[in-house]
Amino acid sequence: MGKEFQKQVRSLSKSLLSFLILILVLFGGLYYWANHKSKPEITEIPLEVSSEDYDKVENGIHVATGFIDDRGMQETIQNCTACHSAKLVTQNRMSREGWKATIEWMQETQNLWDLGANEELILTYLAKNYAPTDKGRRQNLEDIEWYELN
Amino acid sequence: MNRRGFTNKISLAAVASILGLEIVYGHRMPKGYRPLGLQDPDPFKMFHKDKEMVVLNNKPWNMEAQAHLLNDDITPNKYMFVRNNGRIPENIEASQWTLTLDGESVKNKKTYSLADLKDKFQHYTYQLTLECGGNGRSEFNPPAKGNQWTVGAVSCAEWTGVRLRDVLEDAGINSDAVYIGYHATDTHLSGDPNKEPISRGVPIWKALQDETLLAFAMNGEDIPLAHGFPLRLVCGGWPASTSGKWVNRISIRNKVHDGEKMGGTSYRVPCETVAPGSKVEDSDMCIIESMPVKSLITYPKSGALIKQGQTLNINGHAWAGELEVSKMEYSIDFGSTWHTCSLKRPKNRLAWQHFNATVSFPKKGYYEVWGRATDTNGKAQPMVLPGWNPKGYLNNACHRIAVKIV
Ligand code: HEC
Repeated sequence: MGKEFQKQVRSLSKSLLSFLILILVLFGGLYYWANHKSKPEITEIPLEVSSEDYDKVENGIHVATGFIDDRGMQETIQNCTACHSAKLVTQNRMSREGWKATIEWMQETQNLWDLGANEELILTYLAKNYAPTDKGRRQNLEDIEWYELN
Repeated sequence: MNRRGFTNKISLAAVASILGLEIVYGHRMPKGYRPLGLQDPDPFKMFHKDKEMVVLNNKPWNMEAQAHLLNDDITPNKYMFVRNNGRIPENIEASQWTLTLDGESVKNKKTYSLADLKDKFQHYTYQLTLECGGNGRSEFNPPAKGNQWTVGAVSCAEWTGVRLRDVLEDAGINSDAVYIGYHATDTHLSGDPNKEPISRGVPIWKALQDETLLAFAMNGEDIPLAHGFPLRLVCGGWPASTSGKWVNRISIRNKVHDGEKMGGTSYRVPCETVAPGSKVEDSDMCIIESMPVKSLITYPKSGALIKQGQTLNINGHAWAGELEVSKMEYSIDFGSTWHTCSLKRPKNRLAWQHFNATVSFPKKGYYEVWGRATDTNGKAQPMVLPGWNPKGYLNNACHRIAVKIV
């Protein structure tokens, strides 16, 4: 009877001990996680593309920004996508004077910095790749997606 | 949204290494910039917009509807265009929100909490047409710069709030008041905390109209974040940029308001008409007030194939800024002949009006159905582009849809 009791006590304390260890590991882990949880966030940098993909060009278009791949594109990306996205640039069409005036407007009123020697490169790039075409006084309806009605 | 703060902390060098390129002139780039590559999340989910909405710019967010999405009498949030000049404010606490009335011509400078405004003043609800001054910009020739809006930067939602007039009168308006200007909590794209992205306004006579609201609800709910939660100035019939979002201050001015985007070529057009592409001096530019007469065929969607012998029911909306639309017509022969549509009166002043017509086609072939509205002053929409201006405002040329009879 006494032996049986000692056995029971031993096995109980064994399971208690393992329970304790489990709790310790759990809380220790939780503590670690709580105090170091900023670390995993680094992997959550919302990059659409990884660094290897960033330079990817498909059909002459820089995939990550939508810019036309040509001399001066890098400088344009570096200086023209900090405040607004490239979309505000690529949806516009201007002559060289027009682009220059737009840059000056941003420098005078929107905190755009001095572009230094890059200005020449950027202006040449924009004027060549984003030049206006004559649209006339009213264009044809384009890109019509035909569908059956009724 | 915390993510944003986090990304702001990444150093230039880190960004450069992520992007795999050196940032030339990086030293000239002020702190707080997030170069491209650090993209924003799904705008459709974030703003509860329909997937067919078209994103013109993801930073800042600018989004427009397509004509067929605007078929509802009252525009629901999911089809409302979004125009932002700066960054949308973050962490807004409506319970902490205040509106301050100040300016040279205020009798008593006053600050109201949002709750004060709601308790103290009577509530009004109006359907109000808001159209971006640059709606239709994409058609100008030579091209005009800015977001290239096609036809979808217009909406008519139901706005609820207090009359701006009641609040202005509560603070007191001096007899020398000529203008009001709004200030808001959106922030400049450059991250400069001392710079407002936009601060526009309206002459005092517009501010005192019954329908000019300080709105706290849109379509019966809190105003969605992208449309100005928790408080928006709403000036129906005027360029939507006068309807300041996230408003926390209104200045009663003794001169024309001189806030951001009140001068230069912003929301201004040549006082006298100019030849396309002309250079116009700042001193020859005038502020846009009422938007011009315009209409949109919202049903059917462009591109309908219809069997010969069948008729086509078309419908849409027409609006005329400060005025009413008195006549709506359609043409299927490029304007040679026009036919009258049935046109409803507006629900209230400055609301868009609904029209419909039943169209029959003489024989097989390609057609365009053109719509043309005429305002109470007898001015009709032009079929070609109206007067060119440097920033491509006020394009009210007739809308048209393509139809094929097969
Ligand atoms: C310091 C911030 C900043 C930088 C950097 C910047 N821009 Fe801008 N840009 C702005 C702001 C602010 C606007 C107005 C945005 C709006 O109204 O939606 C703007 C508008 C524009 C527009 C539309 C013009 C208009 O009249 O609405 C174009 C085109 C443009 N930028 C091109 C560029 C190009 C090209 C570069 C690189 C040389 C550049 N931006 C760099 C701040 C900047």
